[in-house]
Amino acid sequence: MNNFQKNKLIDHSFKILGMLFTFLGILILAILIYNIVKVGYTRINWTFLTSLPSRKPENAGIYTAIIGTLDLMLLTVLFAIPVGVGAGIYLEEYAKKSKLSSLLEINISNLAGVPSIIYGLLGLGVFVRFFNFGGSILSGSLTLSLLILPIIIVATREAIKAVPHSLKEASFALGASKWQTIKNVVLPSSFGGILTGIILSLSRAIGETAPLIVVGAMAYVPFVPQSIFDTFSVLPMQIFNWTTRPQQGFAIAAAGAIIVLLLITFVMNGIAVYFRNRWQKKLQ
Amino acid sequence: MKKLVFIISLAIVAISCGEKKDQKSELTGAISIDGSGTVFPVSEAVAEEFLKVEPKVRVTVGESGTGGGFKKFGTGVTDISAASRDIKGKEIELCEKNGIEYLQLTVALDGITVVVNKNNTWAKTMTTEELKKLWEPNSSVAKWSDIRAEWPNEDINLYGPNTSHGTYDFFTEVIMGESGASRTDYNAVADYNIVVQGIEKDVNALGYFGLSYYEENKDKLSVVGIDNGAGAVIPSIETVASNEYAPLSRSLFIFVNKKSAQRPEVETFINFYLDNAPQLSKEVGYVPMLQSGYDAQKAAFSKVLVKK
Repeated sequence: MNNFQKNKLIDHSFKILGMLFTFLGILILAILIYNIVKVGYTRINWTFLTSLPSRKPENAGIYTAIIGTLDLMLLTVLFAIPVGVGAGIYLEEYAKKSKLSSLLEINISNLAGVPSIIYGLLGLGVFVRFFNFGGSILSGSLTLSLLILPIIIVATREAIKAVPHSLKEASFALGASKWQTIKNVVLPSSFGGILTGIILSLSRAIGETAPLIVVGAMAYVPFVPQSIFDTFSVLPMQIFNWTTRPQQGFAIAAAGAIIVLLLITFVMNGIAVYFRNRWQKKLQ
Repeated sequence: MKKLVFIISLAIVAISCGEKKDQKSELTGAISIDGSGTVFPVSEAVAEEFLKVEPKVRVTVGESGTGGGFKKFGTGVTDISAASRDIKGKEIELCEKNGIEYLQLTVALDGITVVVNKNNTWAKTMTTEELKKLWEPNSSVAKWSDIRAEWPNEDINLYGPNTSHGTYDFFTEVIMGESGASRTDYNAVADYNIVVQGIEKDVNALGYFGLSYYEENKDKLSVVGIDNGAGAVIPSIETVASNEYAPLSRSLFIFVNKKSAQRPEVETFINFYLDNAPQLSKEVGYVPMLQSGYDAQKAAFSKVLVKK
Protein backbone atom coordinates (compact mmCIF):
# COMPACT_ATOMS: atom_id res chain seq x y z
CA MET A 1 0.00 0.00 0.00
CA ASN A 2 1.50 3.30 -0.99
CA ASN A 3 1.08 6.61 0.79
CA PHE A 4 -1.76 7.72 -1.42
CA GLN A 5 -3.87 4.64 -0.74
CA LYS A 6 -3.12 4.85 2.96
CA ASN A 7 -4.26 8.47 3.16
CA LYS A 8 -7.36 7.62 1.18
CA LEU A 9 -8.20 4.81 3.58
CA ILE A 10 -7.76 7.05 6.62
CA ASP A 11 -9.85 9.69 4.93
CA HIS A 12 -12.60 7.22 4.23
CA SER A 13 -12.59 5.73 7.75
CA PHE A 14 -12.85 9.19 9.25
CA LYS A 15 -15.82 9.96 7.05
CA ILE A 16 -17.62 6.83 8.22
CA LEU A 17 -16.74 7.55 11.86
CA GLY A 18 -18.09 11.08 11.53
CA MET A 19 -21.23 9.77 9.93
CA LEU A 20 -21.74 7.29 12.77
CA PHE A 21 -21.43 10.04 15.36
CA THR A 22 -23.87 12.21 13.46
CA PHE A 23 -26.43 9.45 13.32
CA LEU A 24 -25.87 8.66 17.00
CA GLY A 25 -27.37 12.02 17.90
CA ILE A 26 -30.35 11.50 15.63
CA LEU A 27 -30.77 7.94 16.86
CA ILE A 28 -30.92 9.02 20.49
CA LEU A 29 -33.46 11.71 19.66
CA ALA A 30 -35.50 9.17 17.70
CA ILE A 31 -35.49 6.66 20.57
CA LEU A 32 -36.50 9.39 22.99
CA ILE A 33 -39.36 10.58 20.82
CA TYR A 34 -40.47 7.03 20.04
CA ASN A 35 -40.58 6.10 23.73
CA ILE A 36 -42.53 9.18 24.71
CA VAL A 37 -44.96 9.07 21.84
CA LYS A 38 -45.57 5.35 22.39
CA VAL A 39 -46.60 6.02 26.00
CA GLY A 40 -48.19 9.41 25.68
CA TYR A 41 -50.06 9.61 22.38
CA THR A 42 -53.22 8.11 23.90
CA ARG A 43 -53.55 11.14 26.16
CA ILE A 44 -53.26 13.78 23.46
CA ASN A 45 -56.75 15.09 22.81
CA TRP A 46 -58.72 18.26 23.27
CA THR A 47 -59.84 17.36 26.81
CA PHE A 48 -56.23 16.89 27.90
CA LEU A 49 -55.34 20.31 26.55
CA THR A 50 -58.29 22.08 28.16
CA SER A 51 -58.57 20.33 31.55
CA LEU A 52 -57.26 21.47 34.91
CA PRO A 53 -54.74 19.40 36.86
CA SER A 54 -56.34 16.64 38.90
CA ARG A 55 -55.52 13.93 41.42
CA LYS A 56 -57.03 11.43 39.02
CA PRO A 57 -54.50 10.81 36.27
CA GLU A 58 -57.18 10.09 33.67
CA ASN A 59 -58.86 13.47 34.29
CA ALA A 60 -55.70 15.52 34.61
CA GLY A 61 -55.01 18.12 31.95
CA ILE A 62 -52.49 20.79 31.13
CA TYR A 63 -54.66 23.82 30.37
CA THR A 64 -53.21 26.16 33.00
CA ALA A 65 -49.69 24.88 32.40
CA ILE A 66 -49.86 25.61 28.66
CA ILE A 67 -51.31 29.08 29.20
CA GLY A 68 -48.71 29.70 31.92
CA THR A 69 -45.90 28.63 29.59
CA LEU A 70 -47.16 30.79 26.70
CA ASP A 71 -47.70 33.85 28.93
CA LEU A 72 -44.30 33.42 30.45
CA MET A 73 -42.60 33.13 27.05
CA LEU A 74 -44.41 36.19 25.73
CA LEU A 75 -43.32 38.36 28.66
CA THR A 76 -39.80 36.95 28.52
CA VAL A 77 -39.53 37.94 24.86
CA LEU A 78 -40.84 41.43 25.62
CA PHE A 79 -38.19 41.97 28.28
CA ALA A 80 -35.27 40.16 26.68
CA ILE A 81 -35.39 41.37 23.06
CA PRO A 82 -34.91 45.13 23.48
CA VAL A 83 -32.17 44.71 26.08
CA GLY A 84 -30.41 41.83 24.33
CA VAL A 85 -30.50 43.23 20.81
CA GLY A 86 -29.63 46.71 22.07
CA ALA A 87 -26.60 45.40 23.94
CA GLY A 88 -25.54 43.37 20.90
CA ILE A 89 -25.73 46.41 18.60
CA TYR A 90 -23.81 48.54 21.07
CA LEU A 91 -21.01 46.02 21.51
CA GLU A 92 -20.67 45.35 17.78
CA GLU A 93 -21.18 48.81 16.31
CA TYR A 94 -20.41 51.44 18.92
CA ALA A 95 -18.10 50.05 21.58
CA LYS A 96 -14.46 50.88 20.94
CA LYS A 97 -11.92 48.14 21.42
CA SER A 98 -10.86 48.83 24.98
CA LYS A 99 -10.22 46.98 28.22
CA LEU A 100 -13.77 47.75 29.30
CA SER A 101 -15.36 46.26 26.21
CA SER A 102 -13.26 43.09 26.39
CA LEU A 103 -14.19 42.81 30.07
CA LEU A 104 -17.86 43.09 29.08
CA GLU A 105 -17.40 40.46 26.39
CA ILE A 106 -15.77 37.96 28.74
CA ASN A 107 -18.50 38.52 31.31
CA ILE A 108 -21.31 37.99 28.84
CA SER A 109 -19.74 34.77 27.60
CA ASN A 110 -19.40 33.62 31.20
CA LEU A 111 -23.00 34.52 31.96
CA ALA A 112 -24.13 32.28 29.11
CA GLY A 113 -22.57 29.35 30.99
CA VAL A 114 -23.99 30.03 34.46
CA PRO A 115 -26.30 27.20 35.62
CA SER A 116 -29.96 28.16 35.44
CA ILE A 117 -30.62 27.49 39.14
CA ILE A 118 -28.25 30.37 39.95
CA TYR A 119 -30.46 32.68 37.91
CA GLY A 120 -33.37 31.33 39.91
CA LEU A 121 -31.70 32.34 43.17
CA LEU A 122 -30.90 35.75 41.70
CA GLY A 123 -34.53 36.14 40.65
CA LEU A 124 -35.69 35.12 44.14
CA GLY A 125 -33.45 37.71 45.75
CA VAL A 126 -34.03 40.57 43.33
CA PHE A 127 -37.52 40.25 41.83
CA VAL A 128 -39.43 38.18 44.40
CA ARG A 129 -38.01 39.69 47.58
CA PHE A 130 -36.40 43.09 46.81
CA PHE A 131 -38.92 44.39 44.26
CA ASN A 132 -41.62 42.42 46.08
CA PHE A 133 -43.19 40.98 42.91
CA GLY A 134 -43.76 37.71 44.78
CA GLY A 135 -43.88 34.33 43.06
CA SER A 136 -45.61 35.93 40.11
CA ILE A 137 -45.46 35.44 36.39
CA LEU A 138 -43.62 38.78 36.27
CA SER A 139 -40.81 37.51 38.51
CA GLY A 140 -40.61 34.31 36.48
CA SER A 141 -40.35 36.04 33.13
CA LEU A 142 -37.81 38.60 34.36
CA THR A 143 -35.67 35.75 35.68
CA LEU A 144 -35.90 33.86 32.39
CA SER A 145 -35.07 37.06 30.47
CA LEU A 146 -31.82 37.31 32.42
CA LEU A 147 -31.17 33.66 31.64
CA ILE A 148 -31.47 34.07 27.87
CA LEU A 149 -30.02 37.57 27.61
CA PRO A 150 -26.41 36.42 27.04
CA ILE A 151 -27.54 34.05 24.28
CA ILE A 152 -29.44 36.83 22.51
CA ILE A 153 -26.51 39.24 22.82
CA VAL A 154 -24.07 36.72 21.37
CA ALA A 155 -26.48 35.79 18.55
CA THR A 156 -27.11 39.46 17.71
CA ARG A 157 -23.38 40.15 17.53
CA GLU A 158 -22.74 37.16 15.31
CA ALA A 159 -25.57 38.18 12.99
CA ILE A 160 -24.31 41.75 12.74
CA LYS A 161 -20.77 40.53 12.15
CA ALA A 162 -22.04 38.52 9.18
CA VAL A 163 -23.39 41.65 7.44
CA PRO A 164 -21.03 42.33 4.49
CA HIS A 165 -18.79 45.33 5.01
CA SER A 166 -19.47 46.52 1.49
CA LEU A 167 -23.12 47.12 2.35
CA LYS A 168 -22.27 49.29 5.34
CA GLU A 169 -19.65 51.21 3.45
CA ALA A 170 -22.08 51.85 0.63
CA SER A 171 -24.49 53.30 3.15
CA PHE A 172 -21.84 55.54 4.67
CA ALA A 173 -20.74 56.62 1.21
CA LEU A 174 -24.25 57.85 0.56
CA GLY A 175 -23.89 60.12 3.57
CA ALA A 176 -25.94 58.09 6.04
CA SER A 177 -25.19 58.49 9.72
CA LYS A 178 -24.26 55.56 11.92
CA TRP A 179 -27.79 55.15 13.29
CA GLN A 180 -29.29 55.44 9.80
CA THR A 181 -26.92 52.73 8.61
CA ILE A 182 -27.81 50.46 11.51
CA LYS A 183 -31.52 51.05 11.07
CA ASN A 184 -31.66 50.74 7.29
CA VAL A 185 -28.86 48.36 6.45
CA VAL A 186 -27.42 46.42 9.36
CA LEU A 187 -30.59 45.44 11.21
CA PRO A 188 -32.65 44.42 8.17
CA SER A 189 -29.89 42.24 6.80
CA SER A 190 -29.07 40.64 10.14
CA PHE A 191 -32.70 40.26 11.19
CA GLY A 192 -32.92 36.59 10.21
CA GLY A 193 -29.89 35.71 12.30
CA ILE A 194 -31.05 37.72 15.30
CA LEU A 195 -34.49 36.15 15.16
CA THR A 196 -32.99 32.67 14.97
CA GLY A 197 -30.94 33.41 18.07
CA ILE A 198 -33.97 34.72 19.94
CA ILE A 199 -36.11 31.72 19.13
CA LEU A 200 -33.37 29.24 19.96
CA SER A 201 -32.84 30.96 23.29
CA LEU A 202 -36.59 30.74 23.93
CA SER A 203 -36.41 27.02 23.19
CA ARG A 204 -33.99 26.82 26.08
CA ALA A 205 -36.12 28.95 28.36
CA ILE A 206 -39.30 26.99 27.69
CA GLY A 207 -37.83 23.83 29.21
CA GLU A 208 -36.50 25.46 32.37
CA THR A 209 -37.89 24.18 35.66
CA ALA A 210 -35.27 24.74 38.33
CA PRO A 211 -35.17 28.57 38.32
CA LEU A 212 -38.96 28.73 38.22
CA ILE A 213 -39.36 26.43 41.23
CA VAL A 214 -37.01 28.70 43.14
CA VAL A 215 -38.87 31.82 42.03
CA GLY A 216 -42.16 30.24 43.09
CA ALA A 217 -43.97 28.55 40.22
CA MET A 218 -46.70 26.32 41.62
CA ALA A 219 -47.49 22.75 40.64
CA TYR A 220 -51.26 23.06 41.11
CA VAL A 221 -52.81 26.22 39.69
CA PRO A 222 -56.47 25.78 38.75
CA PHE A 223 -56.90 29.16 37.05
CA VAL A 224 -55.43 31.12 34.18
CA PRO A 225 -53.31 34.12 35.18
CA GLN A 226 -55.36 37.35 34.99
CA SER A 227 -52.48 39.73 35.54
CA ILE A 228 -48.70 39.64 35.56
CA PHE A 229 -48.79 39.49 39.36
CA ASP A 230 -50.64 36.17 39.46
CA THR A 231 -49.10 32.85 40.44
CA PHE A 232 -48.54 30.45 37.61
CA SER A 233 -47.55 26.97 36.56
CA VAL A 234 -45.60 25.87 33.50
CA LEU A 235 -45.41 22.67 31.48
CA PRO A 236 -42.00 21.47 32.75
CA MET A 237 -43.27 21.96 36.32
CA GLN A 238 -46.35 19.84 35.60
CA ILE A 239 -44.21 17.17 33.92
CA PHE A 240 -41.79 17.09 36.85
CA ASN A 241 -44.68 16.74 39.27
CA TRP A 242 -46.29 13.90 37.35
CA THR A 243 -43.11 11.88 36.83
CA THR A 244 -42.53 11.73 40.59
CA ARG A 245 -46.00 10.41 41.39
CA PRO A 246 -46.46 6.72 42.21
CA GLN A 247 -49.47 6.07 39.95
CA GLN A 248 -48.66 4.76 36.49
CA GLY A 249 -51.40 6.95 34.99
CA PHE A 250 -49.40 10.08 35.81
CA ALA A 251 -46.41 8.75 33.87
CA ILE A 252 -48.69 8.55 30.83
CA ALA A 253 -50.01 12.05 31.44
CA ALA A 254 -46.41 13.27 31.80
CA ALA A 255 -45.53 11.68 28.45
CA GLY A 256 -48.51 13.46 26.91
CA ALA A 257 -47.36 16.79 28.35
CA ILE A 258 -43.84 16.14 27.07
CA ILE A 259 -45.20 15.63 23.55
CA VAL A 260 -46.99 18.98 23.77
CA LEU A 261 -43.85 20.70 25.06
CA LEU A 262 -41.76 19.13 22.28
CA LEU A 263 -44.32 20.21 19.69
CA ILE A 264 -44.20 23.81 20.92
CA THR A 265 -40.40 23.71 20.76
CA PHE A 266 -40.40 22.19 17.26
CA VAL A 267 -42.88 24.76 16.01
CA MET A 268 -40.73 27.55 17.43
CA ASN A 269 -37.60 26.14 15.83
CA GLY A 270 -39.52 25.69 12.58
CA ILE A 271 -40.45 29.37 12.62
CA ALA A 272 -36.80 30.24 13.20
CA VAL A 273 -35.69 28.19 10.22
CA TYR A 274 -38.43 29.66 8.04
CA PHE A 275 -37.49 33.26 8.82
CA ARG A 276 -33.80 32.60 8.38
CA ASN A 277 -34.35 31.15 4.92
CA ARG A 278 -36.72 33.92 3.91
CA TRP A 279 -34.38 36.68 5.01
CA GLN A 280 -31.38 35.05 3.38
CA LYS A 281 -33.24 34.97 0.08
CA LYS A 282 -34.28 38.57 0.48
CA LEU A 283 -30.70 39.59 1.17
CA GLN A 284 -29.46 37.94 -1.98
CA MET B 1 -78.44 2.71 27.88
CA LYS B 2 -75.21 3.20 29.79
CA LYS B 3 -74.66 6.43 27.95
CA LEU B 4 -78.12 7.64 28.87
CA VAL B 5 -77.55 6.87 32.55
CA PHE B 6 -74.27 8.72 32.33
CA ILE B 7 -75.84 11.78 30.74
CA ILE B 8 -78.65 11.84 33.29
CA SER B 9 -76.28 11.54 36.19
CA LEU B 10 -74.15 14.31 34.68
CA ALA B 11 -77.22 16.47 34.41
CA ILE B 12 -78.13 15.77 38.03
CA VAL B 13 -74.62 16.66 39.14
CA ALA B 14 -74.74 19.84 37.07
CA ILE B 15 -78.12 20.84 38.51
CA SER B 16 -77.10 20.10 42.08
CA CYS B 17 -73.90 22.11 41.58
CA GLY B 18 -75.99 24.97 40.28
CA GLU B 19 -78.25 24.81 43.33
CA LYS B 20 -75.32 24.91 45.68
CA LYS B 21 -74.05 28.06 44.05
CA ASP B 22 -77.39 29.75 44.46
CA GLN B 23 -77.80 28.81 48.09
CA LYS B 24 -74.39 29.73 49.42
CA SER B 25 -72.92 33.16 49.73
CA GLU B 26 -69.91 32.65 47.53
CA LEU B 27 -66.49 33.08 49.03
CA THR B 28 -63.69 34.84 47.20
CA GLY B 29 -59.99 35.31 47.83
CA ALA B 30 -56.80 33.36 47.38
CA ILE B 31 -55.16 30.64 49.49
CA SER B 32 -51.55 29.73 48.92
CA ILE B 33 -50.18 26.38 50.02
CA ASP B 34 -46.59 25.25 49.65
CA GLY B 35 -44.25 22.71 51.19
CA SER B 36 -43.73 18.98 51.18
CA GLY B 37 -43.93 17.14 47.88
CA THR B 38 -45.14 14.10 49.86
CA VAL B 39 -48.22 15.91 51.12
CA PHE B 40 -48.78 17.61 47.73
CA PRO B 41 -51.15 14.96 46.31
CA VAL B 42 -53.46 15.30 49.35
CA SER B 43 -53.58 19.11 49.15
CA GLU B 44 -54.04 18.93 45.38
CA ALA B 45 -56.98 16.55 45.79
CA VAL B 46 -58.59 18.76 48.45
CA ALA B 47 -58.05 21.91 46.36
CA GLU B 48 -59.54 20.15 43.34
CA GLU B 49 -62.71 19.23 45.25
CA PHE B 50 -62.88 22.63 46.97
CA LEU B 51 -62.88 24.31 43.57
CA LYS B 52 -66.16 22.56 42.81
CA VAL B 53 -67.80 23.95 45.95
CA GLU B 54 -66.21 27.41 46.03
CA PRO B 55 -65.17 28.17 42.47
CA LYS B 56 -64.18 31.75 43.23
CA VAL B 57 -61.54 30.93 45.83
CA ARG B 58 -58.19 30.54 44.14
CA VAL B 59 -56.21 27.81 45.82
CA THR B 60 -52.66 27.21 44.58
CA VAL B 61 -50.44 24.37 45.73
CA GLY B 62 -46.66 24.28 45.36
CA GLU B 63 -44.11 21.61 46.20
CA SER B 64 -40.85 23.27 47.11
CA GLY B 65 -40.21 20.70 49.87
CA THR B 66 -40.91 20.74 53.60
CA GLY B 67 -37.90 22.99 54.30
CA GLY B 68 -38.49 25.27 51.32
CA GLY B 69 -42.14 25.57 52.30
CA PHE B 70 -41.30 26.68 55.85
CA LYS B 71 -38.98 29.37 54.50
CA LYS B 72 -41.97 30.93 52.70
CA PHE B 73 -44.39 30.21 55.55
CA GLY B 74 -42.05 31.77 58.11
CA THR B 75 -41.91 35.01 56.16
CA GLY B 76 -45.67 35.18 55.72
CA VAL B 77 -45.70 34.43 51.99
CA THR B 78 -47.97 31.37 52.26
CA ASP B 79 -51.08 30.68 54.34
CA ILE B 80 -50.54 26.96 54.72
CA SER B 81 -47.32 24.93 54.73
CA ALA B 82 -47.34 21.18 54.20
CA ALA B 83 -44.74 19.08 56.01
CA SER B 84 -43.78 15.42 56.19
CA ARG B 85 -41.92 15.99 59.50
CA ASP B 86 -42.11 18.25 62.54
CA ILE B 87 -41.08 21.87 62.32
CA LYS B 88 -37.39 22.36 63.25
CA GLY B 89 -35.81 24.83 65.70
CA LYS B 90 -34.55 27.22 63.04
CA GLU B 91 -37.90 27.26 61.30
CA ILE B 92 -39.67 28.01 64.58
CA GLU B 93 -37.25 30.90 65.13
CA LEU B 94 -38.04 32.28 61.69
CA CYS B 95 -41.77 32.21 62.45
CA GLU B 96 -41.22 33.90 65.82
CA LYS B 97 -39.01 36.56 64.28
CA ASN B 98 -41.76 37.47 61.82
CA GLY B 99 -44.55 37.19 64.39
CA ILE B 100 -46.20 34.22 62.71
CA GLU B 101 -48.30 31.98 64.93
CA TYR B 102 -49.30 28.65 63.54
CA LEU B 103 -51.37 25.56 64.21
CA GLN B 104 -50.10 22.11 63.31
CA LEU B 105 -52.73 19.70 61.96
CA THR B 106 -52.30 16.05 61.03
CA VAL B 107 -54.06 15.26 57.76
CA ALA B 108 -52.94 11.72 56.92
CA LEU B 109 -50.54 8.91 57.81
CA ASP B 110 -47.85 7.16 55.81
CA GLY B 111 -45.65 4.14 56.41
CA ILE B 112 -42.03 4.16 55.30
CA THR B 113 -41.73 0.89 53.43
CA VAL B 114 -38.56 -1.15 52.95
CA VAL B 115 -38.62 -3.01 49.64
CA VAL B 116 -36.49 -5.58 47.81
CA ASN B 117 -36.50 -7.31 44.44
CA LYS B 118 -39.30 -9.73 43.60
CA ASN B 119 -36.78 -12.59 43.31
CA ASN B 120 -35.21 -11.87 46.67
CA THR B 121 -36.06 -15.07 48.55
CA TRP B 122 -34.21 -14.36 51.79
CA ALA B 123 -35.04 -10.89 53.13
CA LYS B 124 -38.63 -11.34 54.23
CA THR B 125 -38.22 -9.55 57.54
CA MET B 126 -35.63 -7.31 59.14
CA THR B 127 -35.28 -5.96 62.64
CA THR B 128 -34.82 -2.25 63.30
CA GLU B 129 -31.30 -3.07 64.62
CA GLU B 130 -30.46 -4.65 61.28
CA LEU B 131 -31.78 -1.61 59.46
CA LYS B 132 -29.63 0.60 61.68
CA LYS B 133 -26.55 -1.54 61.05
CA LEU B 134 -27.23 -1.36 57.32
CA TRP B 135 -27.94 2.38 56.99
CA GLU B 136 -25.86 3.99 59.76
CA PRO B 137 -23.01 6.34 58.80
CA ASN B 138 -19.83 4.46 57.84
CA SER B 139 -21.78 1.21 57.94
CA SER B 140 -19.64 -1.91 57.69
CA VAL B 141 -22.34 -3.75 55.74
CA ALA B 142 -21.30 -4.33 52.13
CA LYS B 143 -22.82 -7.74 51.49
CA TRP B 144 -26.13 -9.33 52.42
CA SER B 145 -24.22 -11.85 54.56
CA ASP B 146 -22.95 -8.96 56.70
CA ILE B 147 -26.52 -8.50 57.96
CA ARG B 148 -27.32 -12.15 58.59
CA ALA B 149 -24.72 -14.87 58.08
CA GLU B 150 -27.18 -17.18 56.29
CA TRP B 151 -28.01 -14.54 53.63
CA PRO B 152 -26.12 -14.63 50.30
CA ASN B 153 -22.53 -13.54 50.06
CA GLU B 154 -23.48 -10.89 47.46
CA ASP B 155 -23.01 -7.12 47.30
CA ILE B 156 -26.04 -5.24 48.57
CA ASN B 157 -27.11 -2.28 46.43
CA LEU B 158 -28.96 0.46 48.26
CA TYR B 159 -31.50 3.00 47.03
CA GLY B 160 -33.08 5.82 48.99
CA PRO B 161 -34.25 9.41 48.84
CA ASN B 162 -31.71 12.22 48.77
CA THR B 163 -31.23 14.64 51.64
CA SER B 164 -33.88 17.09 50.43
CA HIS B 165 -36.69 14.65 51.27
CA GLY B 166 -38.63 14.65 54.52
CA THR B 167 -38.70 10.87 54.12
CA TYR B 168 -34.92 10.83 54.52
CA ASP B 169 -35.09 13.00 57.65
CA PHE B 170 -37.77 10.80 59.16
CA PHE B 171 -36.14 7.45 58.37
CA THR B 172 -32.75 8.50 59.73
CA GLU B 173 -34.32 10.04 62.83
CA VAL B 174 -36.30 6.91 63.67
CA ILE B 175 -33.76 4.25 62.74
CA MET B 176 -30.45 5.96 63.59
CA GLY B 177 -31.84 8.18 66.35
CA GLU B 178 -30.47 11.28 64.66
CA SER B 179 -32.04 13.16 61.78
CA GLY B 180 -29.76 13.13 58.74
CA ALA B 181 -27.41 10.41 60.03
CA SER B 182 -27.04 7.99 57.14
CA ARG B 183 -24.41 6.19 55.17
CA THR B 184 -23.72 8.12 51.98
CA ASP B 185 -22.64 5.36 49.60
CA TYR B 186 -26.15 4.59 48.31
CA ASN B 187 -28.08 5.68 45.22
CA ALA B 188 -29.66 8.88 46.52
CA VAL B 189 -32.49 9.94 44.23
CA ALA B 190 -34.94 12.80 43.94
CA ASP B 191 -37.61 10.69 42.28
CA TYR B 192 -38.93 7.55 43.97
CA ASN B 193 -39.86 5.97 40.66
CA ILE B 194 -36.09 5.62 40.09
CA VAL B 195 -35.94 3.56 43.29
CA VAL B 196 -38.71 1.35 41.92
CA GLN B 197 -36.89 0.86 38.62
CA GLY B 198 -33.53 0.24 40.30
CA ILE B 199 -34.86 -2.43 42.64
CA GLU B 200 -37.04 -4.04 40.00
CA LYS B 201 -33.95 -4.81 37.90
CA ASP B 202 -31.51 -5.87 40.63
CA VAL B 203 -32.02 -8.95 42.80
CA ASN B 204 -29.50 -7.63 45.36
CA ALA B 205 -31.08 -4.20 45.78
CA LEU B 206 -32.87 -2.75 48.80
CA GLY B 207 -34.51 0.63 49.24
CA TYR B 208 -37.10 2.59 51.18
CA PHE B 209 -39.89 5.08 50.40
CA GLY B 210 -43.51 5.97 51.22
CA LEU B 211 -46.13 3.22 51.24
CA SER B 212 -47.96 4.47 48.14
CA TYR B 213 -44.97 3.71 45.92
CA TYR B 214 -45.10 0.10 47.08
CA GLU B 215 -48.90 -0.13 46.78
CA GLU B 216 -48.69 1.04 43.15
CA ASN B 217 -45.87 -1.38 42.32
CA LYS B 218 -46.85 -4.50 44.25
CA ASP B 219 -46.37 -6.66 41.17
CA LYS B 220 -42.76 -5.50 40.74
CA LEU B 221 -41.41 -5.37 44.31
CA SER B 222 -41.44 -7.35 47.54
CA VAL B 223 -41.99 -5.74 50.91
CA VAL B 224 -39.85 -6.39 53.98
CA GLY B 225 -41.65 -6.86 57.30
CA ILE B 226 -40.16 -4.72 60.06
CA ASP B 227 -39.55 -6.25 63.47
CA ASN B 228 -39.32 -3.80 66.34
CA GLY B 229 -39.03 -6.47 69.03
CA ALA B 230 -42.67 -7.58 68.92
CA GLY B 231 -42.59 -9.64 65.74
CA ALA B 232 -42.40 -8.56 62.12
CA VAL B 233 -45.16 -6.32 60.78
CA ILE B 234 -45.89 -5.73 57.09
CA PRO B 235 -46.88 -2.13 56.32
CA SER B 236 -50.44 -1.76 55.08
CA ILE B 237 -53.32 0.67 55.42
CA GLU B 238 -54.47 -1.20 58.54
CA THR B 239 -51.13 -1.60 60.31
CA VAL B 240 -50.16 2.03 59.67
CA ALA B 241 -53.52 3.40 60.85
CA SER B 242 -53.32 1.36 64.06
CA ASN B 243 -49.64 2.32 64.51
CA GLU B 244 -48.87 -1.39 64.72
CA TYR B 245 -46.30 -0.74 62.01
CA ALA B 246 -43.89 0.99 64.34
CA PRO B 247 -41.60 2.81 64.34
CA LEU B 248 -41.78 3.62 60.63
CA SER B 249 -45.32 5.05 60.57
CA ARG B 250 -45.37 8.81 60.27
CA SER B 251 -47.84 11.66 60.15
CA LEU B 252 -48.28 14.15 57.34
CA PHE B 253 -49.00 17.68 58.51
CA ILE B 254 -50.26 21.01 57.37
CA PHE B 255 -49.26 24.12 59.30
CA VAL B 256 -51.85 26.88 59.22
CA ASN B 257 -51.00 30.53 59.78
CA LYS B 258 -53.36 31.56 62.61
CA LYS B 259 -53.83 35.02 61.18
CA SER B 260 -54.75 33.62 57.76
CA ALA B 261 -57.17 31.21 59.44
CA GLN B 262 -59.38 34.15 60.46
CA ARG B 263 -60.15 34.81 56.78
CA PRO B 264 -63.48 33.12 55.96
CA GLU B 265 -62.17 31.37 52.84
CA VAL B 266 -59.22 29.86 54.75
CA GLU B 267 -61.46 28.79 57.62
CA THR B 268 -63.85 27.09 55.22
CA PHE B 269 -61.00 25.49 53.32
CA ILE B 270 -59.35 24.00 56.43
CA ASN B 271 -62.63 22.53 57.65
CA PHE B 272 -63.23 21.18 54.16
CA TYR B 273 -59.71 19.75 54.20
CA LEU B 274 -60.26 17.90 57.49
CA ASP B 275 -63.72 16.68 56.45
CA ASN B 276 -62.48 15.23 53.17
CA ALA B 277 -58.96 14.12 54.12
CA PRO B 278 -60.07 10.60 55.18
CA GLN B 279 -61.47 9.85 51.73
CA LEU B 280 -59.03 11.87 49.60
CA SER B 281 -55.81 10.83 51.36
CA LYS B 282 -56.77 7.21 50.73
CA GLU B 283 -57.48 7.96 47.09
CA VAL B 284 -54.00 9.38 46.49
CA GLY B 285 -52.26 6.50 48.27
CA TYR B 286 -51.96 7.50 51.91
CA VAL B 287 -53.47 6.14 55.09
CA PRO B 288 -56.28 8.08 56.78
CA MET B 289 -56.34 8.47 60.56
CA LEU B 290 -59.27 7.08 62.51
CA GLN B 291 -62.24 9.46 62.49
CA SER B 292 -61.55 10.39 66.12
CA GLY B 293 -58.18 11.72 64.97
CA TYR B 294 -59.82 14.07 62.48
CA ASP B 295 -62.38 15.16 65.06
CA ALA B 296 -59.52 16.12 67.36
CA GLN B 297 -57.90 18.17 64.58
CA LYS B 298 -61.15 19.98 63.89
CA ALA B 299 -61.62 20.75 67.57
CA ALA B 300 -58.09 22.14 67.75
CA PHE B 301 -58.75 24.29 64.71
CA SER B 302 -62.04 25.67 66.04
CA LYS B 303 -60.20 26.88 69.17
CA VAL B 304 -57.92 28.99 67.01
CA LEU B 305 -60.98 30.70 65.58
CA VAL B 306 -62.60 31.40 68.94
CA LYS B 307 -59.53 33.35 69.98
CA LYS B 308 -60.55 36.09 67.55
